[in-house]
Amino acid sequence: MSGEAFVFWVFAIVTVGSAAVVVLSRTLIYSAFALLFTFFGVAGFYVLLGADFLAAAQLLIYVGGILVLLLFGVMLTHKIYDLDLRTETTQLAPGLIVAAGLFVILSATAVRTSWMSTPRPPAATTAEIGRLFLSTYLLPFEAASVLLLVALVGAAMIVRRRRDA
Amino acid sequence: MIGIEHYLVVSAALFSLGVLGLLTRRNAVNVLMSIELILNAANVNLVAFSRYAAGNLDGQIFGAFVIVVAAAEVAVGLAIVLTLYRLRRTPNLDEADILKG
Repeated sequence: MSGEAFVFWVFAIVTVGSAAVVVLSRTLIYSAFALLFTFFGVAGFYVLLGADFLAAAQLLIYVGGILVLLLFGVMLTHKIYDLDLRTETTQLAPGLIVAAGLFVILSATAVRTSWMSTPRPPAATTAEIGRLFLSTYLLPFEAASVLLLVALVGAAMIVRRRRDA
Repeated sequence: MIGIEHYLVVSAALFSLGVLGLLTRRNAVNVLMSIELILNAANVNLVAFSRYAAGNLDGQIFGAFVIVVAAAEVAVGLAIVLTLYRLRRTPNLDEADILKG
């Protein structure tokens, strides 16, 4: 087994295993911390695929931002002295059937299709991504910045406590 | 030899687990986590296609936009969950049935 294959399988086991913990764990705080390992595993896939900029962005935004936000959500929607952070599942059997069917169909399609398999030679991508953002993808880039501003203002408006309105 | 199929199958597993969480969990924060799993699965697909099939950086650019949209979605989603918790004292989605006619 080559080094690349070994690293790939390690990341695959970490990612899928911790994703299973996220979905199946009965305790909400365990799900949140398992999500950390899923994000790390996906960042490892980005590194293996030669996407260095996206791997750094994944660590900064997902691990540093989104996961902390989700932990805030866990803490704020449960009483802190209420150690029993358990959540129930509903309709487990139909959900399992749908998810297993999806996985079989998707992976069968992925395996049976003959993809072009000439990998792009690995090279640093950050400079090229920056150039594309400011030339070809300038309009989506600006739209994304406006979207972030609107989302932040909207989130602040939604959680604001109204004083006797 | 690791090919594009390996990444696609792992991404399919992540996506299916996300759908399972979306369908079976009652807690709203847990549902948001499942949505993050689904978005990450899509991103792995995009970056893998960018490496193997397309041979240019378009997939990675799209992946960066997915990360931006995920950040915005989680901020607004958590704001809604917090407001719901303040209103009904429950984080469970199936108890948020005020709109039921």
